[in-house]
Amino acid sequence: MRPEEGTIQSRARAMAAVLELLTDQPVIICNGFPSREAYKIADRPTHFYMIGSMGVAPSIGLGVALAKPDKKVVILDGDGNVLMGMGTLATVAALQPKNFIHVVFDNEVYGSTGNQPTISRLVRLEQMAKAAGYANVERVIEREDLVYEFKDMLKKDGPSFLLVKVTEQAEDVDRVMLEPPEITRRFMKAIE
Amino acid sequence: MVESDDFVQALQDIGFDFFTGVPDSILGGIIATLMERRLYTPAVREDEAVGMAAGAFMAGKVPAVLMQNSGLGTSLNALISLNVIYQQPCLLLISWRGFQGKDAPEHLVMGDSMTQILDAARIPHRTLSEQSLIEDLKWTAQTFMKQRIPVALLLKKGIVKGNHP
Repeated sequence: MRPEEGTIQSRARAMAAVLELLTDQPVIICNGFPSREAYKIADRPTHFYMIGSMGVAPSIGLGVALAKPDKKVVILDGDGNVLMGMGTLATVAALQPKNFIHVVFDNEVYGSTGNQPTISRLVRLEQMAKAAGYANVERVIEREDLVYEFKDMLKKDGPSFLLVKVTEQAEDVDRVMLEPPEITRRFMKAIE
Repeated sequence: MVESDDFVQALQDIGFDFFTGVPDSILGGIIATLMERRLYTPAVREDEAVGMAAGAFMAGKVPAVLMQNSGLGTSLNALISLNVIYQQPCLLLISWRGFQGKDAPEHLVMGDSMTQILDAARIPHRTLSEQSLIEDLKWTAQTFMKQRIPVALLLKKGIVKGNHP
């Protein structure tokens, strides 16, 4: 049975809580529904919406974080994405960027391709991050815990990893109505 | 043979200031020089490296990614569904293992098909030679600026010297 018992928050609701706490920080959002939902909830020029290259969101965020050490970089990721780019947990932990916050919405399915199960129910992703050596690692279910921990990570030195258990529910959302080169140009200007 | 120190300096002189990648023996000297100069951020996979290059580019850096041509296979999806379509240029410095069929078996198919794969993905490429080095780098910088997509320089064995044998 999915999701984990006690999980009642949808990804969109959890993502809205995170986006509400952000202002001008660079945010990298993984491909699939997460980017489409973020675009609908709060479109900002500081958002980099991905439409492909699954698994690479934290790599992009790492490149930004290393080049802009004075900006907190936030990555909004999913469980399938983390599993695909798992090596990057090690790269991030080895480099210890203080300005790196990796938020993972874990719904235990590949939601954008028809809810096939991932293995995140069997393999605890936050434990992988902890073993790799992220400075702060938390796992939350409730919205108030999410808000508390994310606020804390915005203040603390990273790298931080916040796993948020969410339901399979996906919002009825359109595609991101921006051409990829425009997303790049807009993001570059916004984080200058 | 070009000294790796001179080669890295030439790359820096035309503006490259962020280097990442996954090692290969042909690239060993270049990577050692980059590490001495504290310019190299090691990646664990080539798709991670091109993702980091995309992020660094958007944050104002001029990135280069070093990889063996096997890594072209690993990173091809990220290259075409991120760097190419989002117009995030980087230099791909790719070692040409399996050139003319003279290498270990695992390198032969990629060695034979690499330029066709790059052509099919519409990634501009040139094979570096000692005689045309300055011109090759000039072409790289121009293509990078003009097309704003990844540009590949292919490096055969024995062109740039390794300072760590």
